[in-house]
Amino acid sequence: MSDITVIPAELPKLQLSSPNDGGGLLEISMGPQHPSTHGVFRMDVVLDGERVVKLKPVFGYLHRNHEKIGENTTYLGSMPYTDRLDYFCSLTNNWAYASAVEKLAGLHVPERAEYIRVITAELTRLQNHASLAGFLLQDMGASGTPLMYAFREREKILDLFEALTGARMMCNYMRFGGCRCDFPAGWLQQTQQVVDNFPRFLDEFEALLNENEILMSRTQGVAAVSRELAINAGITGPMLRAAGVNYDIRKVDRYGIYDRFNFRVPLGDHGDVYDRYMVRVLEMRESVKILQQALRDIPAGPIVDPKAKLRGFRPKVGEAYGRIEAPKGELGFYLISDGSPNPYRYRVRPPSLVNLTILEDMCLGQMVADVVVILGSIDIVLGEVDR
Amino acid sequence: METLEQIKTKLEAAVPGARLEIIPNGSPSGPNSLLVDNEHAVAVAKFLQSSPALAFDYASNVTGVDWLDTTVKKTVKVKQMVEGVEKEVDQVLEEKKPGYLEVVYHLYSMELKHGPLVLRLRTEDRAGKARVPSLTPVWRGAEFQEREIFDLYGVTFQGHPDLRRILMWDGYQDFPMRKDYVEPDDYEYEPTAHGPVLQKAKQHQAEGGG
Repeated sequence: MSDITVIPAELPKLQLSSPNDGGGLLEISMGPQHPSTHGVFRMDVVLDGERVVKLKPVFGYLHRNHEKIGENTTYLGSMPYTDRLDYFCSLTNNWAYASAVEKLAGLHVPERAEYIRVITAELTRLQNHASLAGFLLQDMGASGTPLMYAFREREKILDLFEALTGARMMCNYMRFGGCRCDFPAGWLQQTQQVVDNFPRFLDEFEALLNENEILMSRTQGVAAVSRELAINAGITGPMLRAAGVNYDIRKVDRYGIYDRFNFRVPLGDHGDVYDRYMVRVLEMRESVKILQQALRDIPAGPIVDPKAKLRGFRPKVGEAYGRIEAPKGELGFYLISDGSPNPYRYRVRPPSLVNLTILEDMCLGQMVADVVVILGSIDIVLGEVDR
Repeated sequence: METLEQIKTKLEAAVPGARLEIIPNGSPSGPNSLLVDNEHAVAVAKFLQSSPALAFDYASNVTGVDWLDTTVKKTVKVKQMVEGVEKEVDQVLEEKKPGYLEVVYHLYSMELKHGPLVLRLRTEDRAGKARVPSLTPVWRGAEFQEREIFDLYGVTFQGHPDLRRILMWDGYQDFPMRKDYVEPDDYEYEPTAHGPVLQKAKQHQAEGGG
C-alpha cells in the first residue's frame, strides 16, 4: 500500500464538563455567528454551571484596516469611508471627521451649516437610541414588538436622510467647512412633523416598558458599574452617564453651536442595565428639545466656507484631535499632516471598542443569559469596533 | 487649565530626573504636546492623574505613529588637493536619522472638565528596542488601544496585563500600520502565470512581501 503516514490532528484542549465529574467548568464560544452579538463578535466564556467565571471578548472579524485606507487616500476621500464605521450613525461620523480636519486646517463653518449639523446629528441620535432600546428588548426575549415600534420611527428619520443626502444609511453628507447640499423643498416642514410626533412614540414606548415587570427584573441591579471604574476605563456616552458621571461633550467642549440650546444631561444612579436604558430614553426627549430649538432658529445663508478648497487640499504640517459626542460615546479623529494631500496619520478613536473594556468586569458572576443583555446595553456596532 | 509650560515645571518638580520636552504643533488650533522619557513615564502619568489641580483621570485616545529612518543631505565645502593644488570642493554628506515609533495619549479630566493634554512616548528604534512602558495600570481605558498598537505597529508595552494581538489573528507575523509594510498580493486573487499579475507577485516577493 502507500507509505504515507497520517498524522492525527491535535485535539482542541477544551475543559468540558461531563455529567460525571460533579462540577467542571464549561468553556463556550458565543459568536461570531450568535444572533445576540449584534455582528461578528465573539466572547470566550467559561461557565461554572450558569455563572460566568471568565469572559474574553474576541474581535477583528470585520477588520479592514480603515486607518491604513485613510492614510492612502486624500482627506476628502476618507469621508465616505467614515460612514462605514458605525453604520447606524453615519452623519455623526461625518461630523467628527469634518471637525478634526477643520481644526487641522483652521476652517470656519457658516451659521446655517452648523444648524444643519445639529439637526442631522440629533436625528441620528434619536434613531440610534430608539433602535438600541428595541434591540435590547429583543435580546431580552420581547420578540419583535418593541423592535418593530422602534424601527417604525427610525424609518421616518431614514426617509428624511434619504431626501436630504440621497442615501438612507451611507449619507456622506458633510464637507470640510460645511455641508454638501442644502435642504430640498419642504424638508424642514417634514422634519418638524417627525420631531413633533416623536414624543408620542416615546410616551407609548415608556408606558409599555418602563415599569414592565420582566424588563425590571431582568435589568435592575444587573451589571452595575461604579463611577470610578467607568471613568478609569475610559467609558463614554450614555453608559458613563448611567453610572452618574456628568460628562457630555456637547456641554464640556461646546463644539459647534451647542451652547445656544437649552437641554439637560440625564444621569443614572446605579449604573446598571436599567439605568442605561432609561438614560437613553431620557436623552431622546432632550434631543427632541434641541431639535425644536434648532428648527425654530435656523437662519438663511451659505452652507459651506468659501475658503474651503475641494481640490488640492493640503493642510499645513501639524496635528489635530477633533471629538464629538456621538450617540455611542466620544468619537474622535486624530490627524497628522505632513503637508501632502494625504494624512500622514489618520486615527479613529472608537467609542464602541473602548466601552467593551469592562465587559468582563460586568459579566463576572452573572448568569449566561444576562451576558446577552449586558452586551446589548453597551451599544456596540462592529463596523466601529473592528474598523 | 494650566498652560503646558506650567504643567512641565510642576512635573519636573514632582518627578525628579524626568526628561520632558515640549513638541510644537503647526496646526492653527491643535495644542502642543509633551514628550516624556520612558523611565519616568509611569511616574509622570501617576502624578498627572492624582494631582488635584490637574486630575487627568481619563485617557481618551491612545495611538501609534510610525516615523521612518530619514537621510538629511548636507553640502559642505572641503579643502582637497587636486592635481597638486589646494582647492575647495563641494562634498555631499549624508546624515542618517534613525526612525522610531511614537505612542500618543490624549488625556482629559472628567472631574475638572478640561483637556486635552497630549503625551508622547518614543521607542528607541523600529526593531528590537521598540518598547515603551504601558500606562494601562494607570488608565485602564488604554488597555485595548495599547493592544491595538502592539498588533498593528509592533510596539511592546512593558507592564501591560494582557498583551495579545487584537484585530489581526494569532500567528500573523507583520505589522500592517507601519509605513514600510508591503501588502501581500494573494489575499484577493491567486497569482497566475499571466504577465502583469506574475510581475507584481515577483516584485512583492523581492521586496519581502508574503
